[in-house]
Amino acid sequence: MTSAVSTAWRQASAFSTRLSAYSRAPRVLATGLRGARSYVSETKVGQAQVNIETAIKEEQKSFMNQSHMAPQDTKLPGSGTSGDAAMSPSAGILKQATVMDQGTRPIYLDMQATTPLDPRVLDTMLPYLTGIYGNPHSRTHAYGWESEKGVEEARGHIAKLIGADPKEIIFTSGATESNNMSLKGVARFFGRSGKKNHIITTQTEHKCVLDSCRHLQDEGFEVTYLPVQSNGLIRMSDLEAAMRPETCIVSVMAVNNEIGVIQPLEEIGRLCRSKKVFFHTDGAQAVGKIPLDVNKLNIDLMSISSHKIYGPKGVGACFVRRRPRVRLDPLITGGGQERGLRSGTLAPHLAVGFGEACRIAAQDMEYDTKHINRLSKRLSEGLLAMEHTTLNGDPEHHYPGCVNISFAYVEGESLLMALNDIALSSGSACTSASLEPSYVLRALGSSDESAHSSIRFGIGRFTSDEEIDYVLKAVQARVSFLRELSPLWELVQEGIDLNTIEWSQH
Amino acid sequence: MSVASLNRETAFQARSLFRSLLRYSGQFSNYNFREYARRKTRDSFREHQNTTEERRVQELIQEGLQSLRLLKRQTIISQFYQLDKLVVEGQKTGKETGDHGGIVRQKDTGWD
Repeated sequence: MTSAVSTAWRQASAFSTRLSAYSRAPRVLATGLRGARSYVSETKVGQAQVNIETAIKEEQKSFMNQSHMAPQDTKLPGSGTSGDAAMSPSAGILKQATVMDQGTRPIYLDMQATTPLDPRVLDTMLPYLTGIYGNPHSRTHAYGWESEKGVEEARGHIAKLIGADPKEIIFTSGATESNNMSLKGVARFFGRSGKKNHIITTQTEHKCVLDSCRHLQDEGFEVTYLPVQSNGLIRMSDLEAAMRPETCIVSVMAVNNEIGVIQPLEEIGRLCRSKKVFFHTDGAQAVGKIPLDVNKLNIDLMSISSHKIYGPKGVGACFVRRRPRVRLDPLITGGGQERGLRSGTLAPHLAVGFGEACRIAAQDMEYDTKHINRLSKRLSEGLLAMEHTTLNGDPEHHYPGCVNISFAYVEGESLLMALNDIALSSGSACTSASLEPSYVLRALGSSDESAHSSIRFGIGRFTSDEEIDYVLKAVQARVSFLRELSPLWELVQEGIDLNTIEWSQH
Repeated sequence: MSVASLNRETAFQARSLFRSLLRYSGQFSNYNFREYARRKTRDSFREHQNTTEERRVQELIQEGLQSLRLLKRQTIISQFYQLDKLVVEGQKTGKETGDHGGIVRQKDTGWD
């Protein structure tokens, strides 16, 4: 009995001392030793802890009552720290802290490389990433049917955007695969008979078209690379002159990825149709951004990319005309999906996301174009107001979301380094690893220096006004800073023409 | 009378929808999506502010409700994967003034 009583007492006293150490909660002391439990205050979380905020507030209140001064207005004699800092250390630290409300993530202004995934697209994709996992080619059960339904709806949206029939849309892994498939497919199919072995393309095409052509050259095809004018457009007379009876396909991109010029697709289409030559166009940068109708423009094959129109990466499509039928050799053979032109199981979530991106692009094209036009005008006017800057590419036949500007007497790569708070590129993403001047700008006939000093600004649906203002301010400041460093700029300011200088060789 | 009261009800519904859309738009953690959602909401309502045909108004309100549901889902998702702020955001610099200490930012989000 005694031992039981003494343990109860020990527990109670230990608990009450702990309480008194941490809080000012009214203490319930054991008044007697019998019936131990009822004398001890209840054990609750709230009674074992101190709420720091209320404790500090209470302390401040009592200070105010005593001194009639607000703690933040008083300074402790000697140390000079303020009164409330002394009372609550955290508040004091905050007082001393420098505000760091600025973010560090760069502004994204490289919409030609890729675009962010629209939340609306993600919303349609999520069911296909979680619950609807059937193989869209499974015809024997409901899992397959629901996936197939989503994919076919998406195909419909894509077809509607370019004015085609859903059956003419072939899903691929991206525009690169579509370009490869179109060029190699058509060339190999018609090259088999040995009569049609000539391909026409332009010098400013995307690397994947140029590389496909180079591979076809190794296989024995002849390729004509059309030169472009200084504004980036091809000359129709050049194209007509380059056509031969054995020409099987002409490939001209709709919107250039580096300078944003829009090629005269309608005229090219008409010419190709009249000569019975297939017309392929790389529409990765154009579809969903400018109105395109494959029937009006007489396009026979078109490559489309999903991630350039706010869709997911890893999916694209190829439009292959059915009437008049375009026949091609498939690159990938297997289960015979997609009319046998591109075997392999489709990715329903990617296809559905791509379809939704196309639907949104079609629905919002007018609205987005207005926004992009306004921002593009603001950006290009602001940048061209600086001295010795030039816009690359034709200002008329131009997609406004791509502004390519040369800053003379500044090295492009060093400007990109200086503009580390803005995500920009001096050319296409594929060539951004090398320091070579852009081959597209070289094809326009611009000098090495001008090609080296050019920067591409890409504006899109999610670019805001403040971002453009920030970019304008940043570019203006850094360009003038870099020019101040440059000895060439000094010579130019003195009125010396740089071309007249004879550089000594070392 | 009944038409007028119906109109009043619709107007109230539209205003409340507009306010909720704006409220949810502001909850995107991504700056660009947030700005776009706000701009798009304002512009869409402005575009249709003179629509009077009852049927069309109801259609538009249904569309708005759908967008609201989408915003609710997507803003939650965006809050799960927060990245660091863009350089254009915030823009408050210098020493803390006032007595809130609210603008000091903790930088622990994002993938390296």
